[in-house]
Amino acid sequence: MELLDVSLVNWSRAQFTLTAMYHWIFVPLTLGLGVIQAIMETIYYRTGDEKWKKATKFWMTLFGVNFAIGVATGIILEFEFGTNWSNYSWFVGDIFGAPLAIEGILAFFMEATFISIMFFGWNKVSKGFHLTSTWLTILGATLSAFWILVANAWMQHPVGMEFNPDTVRNEMVSFWQVLSPFAWNKFLHTVISSWIVGALFTLGVSAWFLIKKRDTDFAMKSIKVAAVFGLVASILTALTGDGSATNVAKHQPMKLAAMEGLYKGQKGAELVAIGVLRSDVQLNDTSDAFLFKIGIPKALSLLAFNDLNAYVPGINDIVNGGYVAHKTSQTALSFDEKKLRGNLALKSLADYRKAVAEKNDSAATASRATLMANYDYFGYGYLDKPEETVPRVPLIFYSFHLMVILGTFFIALFGIFTFLSFKSRFNFENGRWLLYIALWSIPLGFIASQLGWIVAEVGRQPWAIQDVLPVKASVSAISAMSVKITFFLFLTLFSALLLAEVRIMLKQIKKGPSQEH
Amino acid sequence: MFTYSFLQHYWWFIISLLGGILSFLLFVQGGQTLLFSLAKKEDDRRLLVNVLGRKWEFTFTTLVTFGGAFFASFPLFYSTSFGGAYWVWMAILFCFIIQAVSYEFQSKPGNVYGKKTYQIFLFINGFLGTILLGAAIATFFTGSDFHINKGNITEQLAPTISRWGNEWHGLEALLNLRNWLLGLAVFFLSRSLALLFFVNRLKHQVLEAESRRQLLFNAIPFLVFFLGFVIWTLLAEGFAVRPDTAEVYMEKYKYFFNLIEMPVVLVIFLVGVVGVLWGIGGTLLSDKFKSGIWFAGIGTILTVCSLLLLAGYNNTAYYPSINLQSSLTIFNSSSSEFTLNAMTIVSVFIPFVLAYIFYAWRSMEKNRTDLDDINHDSHAY
Ligand code: HDD
Ligand code: HEM
Ligand code: HEM
Repeated sequence: MELLDVSLVNWSRAQFTLTAMYHWIFVPLTLGLGVIQAIMETIYYRTGDEKWKKATKFWMTLFGVNFAIGVATGIILEFEFGTNWSNYSWFVGDIFGAPLAIEGILAFFMEATFISIMFFGWNKVSKGFHLTSTWLTILGATLSAFWILVANAWMQHPVGMEFNPDTVRNEMVSFWQVLSPFAWNKFLHTVISSWIVGALFTLGVSAWFLIKKRDTDFAMKSIKVAAVFGLVASILTALTGDGSATNVAKHQPMKLAAMEGLYKGQKGAELVAIGVLRSDVQLNDTSDAFLFKIGIPKALSLLAFNDLNAYVPGINDIVNGGYVAHKTSQTALSFDEKKLRGNLALKSLADYRKAVAEKNDSAATASRATLMANYDYFGYGYLDKPEETVPRVPLIFYSFHLMVILGTFFIALFGIFTFLSFKSRFNFENGRWLLYIALWSIPLGFIASQLGWIVAEVGRQPWAIQDVLPVKASVSAISAMSVKITFFLFLTLFSALLLAEVRIMLKQIKKGPSQEH
Repeated sequence: MFTYSFLQHYWWFIISLLGGILSFLLFVQGGQTLLFSLAKKEDDRRLLVNVLGRKWEFTFTTLVTFGGAFFASFPLFYSTSFGGAYWVWMAILFCFIIQAVSYEFQSKPGNVYGKKTYQIFLFINGFLGTILLGAAIATFFTGSDFHINKGNITEQLAPTISRWGNEWHGLEALLNLRNWLLGLAVFFLSRSLALLFFVNRLKHQVLEAESRRQLLFNAIPFLVFFLGFVIWTLLAEGFAVRPDTAEVYMEKYKYFFNLIEMPVVLVIFLVGVVGVLWGIGGTLLSDKFKSGIWFAGIGTILTVCSLLLLAGYNNTAYYPSINLQSSLTIFNSSSSEFTLNAMTIVSVFIPFVLAYIFYAWRSMEKNRTDLDDINHDSHAY
């Protein structure tokens, strides 16, 4: 069979990237809008005001259109772990499969059941039961987010498992460890930041009605809900984002260094607020990596380790080793040393299997001991050069900084709108430019959310499972051409569906809340 | 808590049960292939689309859960079959992707491609989706061509452990007549179930009468293909496993012996088949009989479940390879004991899930559906 084929790995990555990022256009809106419509229906339930019911139904129609395409793009992701990352599926399936199954059993069915009451049950079930169904729908969606994010967090920080050389895979030894703080934080940051996307969408669309001087009462009502909800979400997003950075610093130092463009480690490292990276920085380059930057002294050390003087290793340090990581007493290994251990682990595994086949017990025991002693570096055995361990720094750096800048902007935006929408009698007549800002902020939410995933996923390259399995050892044995074909099929199909979705949304918005949907 | 072997059997049972439920719910797909032939008027078609549109999510979610549960309990199947029979699975997935948007989009202004396109999507999903799924499941009895060598993981340059034996990556399954038999049986079964569903759900005389009429023309091919597949399989060689050495070998009448040696499975199978026949026959014979879908539906669940049990239990390789020793059994492909135990605890929730699904259906379906309902529904398609 074919040897590991670089273009196969790249096309498989391209396909996963394409499909995941498409899925992620729709998911945050589902998660955000879902809560907003449930809040509105709750107000309707409490006040009995039909206007709130109309508002709820308006947002629900948009939710439905978006939800459908979220489902369409989601199914492929689940199966892609098998179709395109089959080696990965065996190597870690014992741990990774469980959250996916739980997601199906406990979350997707909840979504599917109650969404049908939410859509079709207005005249069939009681008001209270309907409201409960609306909340259970979004609870189901959020639970599904939880389980898939547990799976994703585990890839970034594999815990609760042990390698079994007889089955040649990692096996779960603790379910609770898999639900690590890393996973919880990831869940909170991802879901709460998705609320921002929903709030921006609601705010922007409502602003459009005010600009058009239509349905103003409905729009003002919606703005109130969106602004308060968005403000809360954007503050919590910044806080959980800080938590994410702390986790990354602890478990994925290379990602953190890439996020900050930090080549040379420092005690009391500064945080780059804005900067421009030189495009030709090489590994072990000693000159300044930035053409220009404005930094905040010691802030990176504080952000990452909650300690103004903590040492933050740079990319060069992580490759060369020899530093002592914050609050540990161990000296970090260099790439070459890790590579040696990785090779040894792979070789001992082969020896072990041979010894077992030959029923040579003492040789088996010895190989097994060597394997286990070096297993932490198993994945390095597949790598060749230290450069492979360095992800794409500029992409990660700019993505991260733009996300944070946008996050700060959202706090301000929602803050202003919250303030104004509760000022009695203010109706944006003398602040129409604000409405345009709100309208044009809709795409910014989606962009910030996509950027976050770029930081998280591109930043962990070359690893599929941090330190254990690089992406190039994860792929299925198929031809690059096959993946290329499916890549273009997905590109065409998803783009065509996206086009239809956007046009339907625009039409529904133009129709407005006053007409029946 | 439980023995490893018990857990492996338990999870194979859950997979089989999910497979059975999925087959039953494929009536949505069958219905989608009837949109054009059953409804002559646009309004009638709209009614069909809307009654199916309240159910499609369940089928879809069951498929997703079937995949997820398979991944969690038998990961080696996941990595071998999906990565190997790439084209078959991709084709199936494409069929389902286009379904997911079609209900929501088809009647909305601005949908770019027009109602007809989305209804054709639904047709493709119903037609290819069922046949391909059936054919894929048939390979559980007919075998595929793959090699598994876990030692590959130590090969730095070619670490993939599961490898397909040919460049067709699953499409070669379509060269096997027996796979076609099951594929077509599933297709006609899904249509028959859809017709029974319409009879049960609709308050519409023309469509009900037409459904009863078309039932015969779908039930007969279903029976022919299904019996063809079952008889052939019971008489064929099967992939047997020696319990002591785990060696896989071909045994004559293996699946027949499985049926005899596992009387409980035999009973489930027979009850299932009778249920399906009862549901269909009753509907054909009596114009008052409207609950055929329940008999045939539960019958389908039991029959398919028992067929999958035949494939996995009693020292049989459920995902066989023509390179015999690479074949997958419930023992060599399962998750670890710890994971199966954890998943078993999760499975305790399944009855609750079933209960709220049942409750929700009941509260939504007190009356049969007619055009009036659809016209008064703010979320109709
Ligand atoms: C943080 C949230 C989140 C993330 C990171 C993902 N998803 Fe997702 N997914 C959802 C949140 C979600 C959701 C909000 O629950 C969706 C979107 C729209 C919907 O219907 O449910 C959904 C739908 C959805 C579906 C259709 C479910 C159905 O039948 O209703 C599948 C199979 C997946 N997803 C699978 C995946 C996989 C395998 C992912 C990882 C690679 C993934 N999703 C990332
Ligand atoms: C839906 C939100 C997500 C987005 C937008 C996203 C984005 C990305 C991107 C950009 C890559 C490519 C990285 C590269 O090749 O440089 C990638 C790869 C990958 N992601 Fe994600 N991701 C998401 C969620 C997830 C989740 C939840 C999981 C696991 C449960 C996951 C698993 C993977 C895997 C296995 C790859 C393999 C390919 C690779 O590493 O290159 N992703 N994703
Ligand atoms: C305000 C300051 C913010 C900070 C400090 C911050 C920090 C971070 C960090 C460090 C990560 C990487 C986590 C990892 O790799 O595990 C991340 C990921 C992510 N961010 Fe942010 N973020 C901020 C704002 C936002 C905003 C405004 C959005 C979207 C509206 C957003 C959406 C995401 C998403 C979707 C991810 C990927 C999922 C994850 O890894 O948690 N973030 N963020």
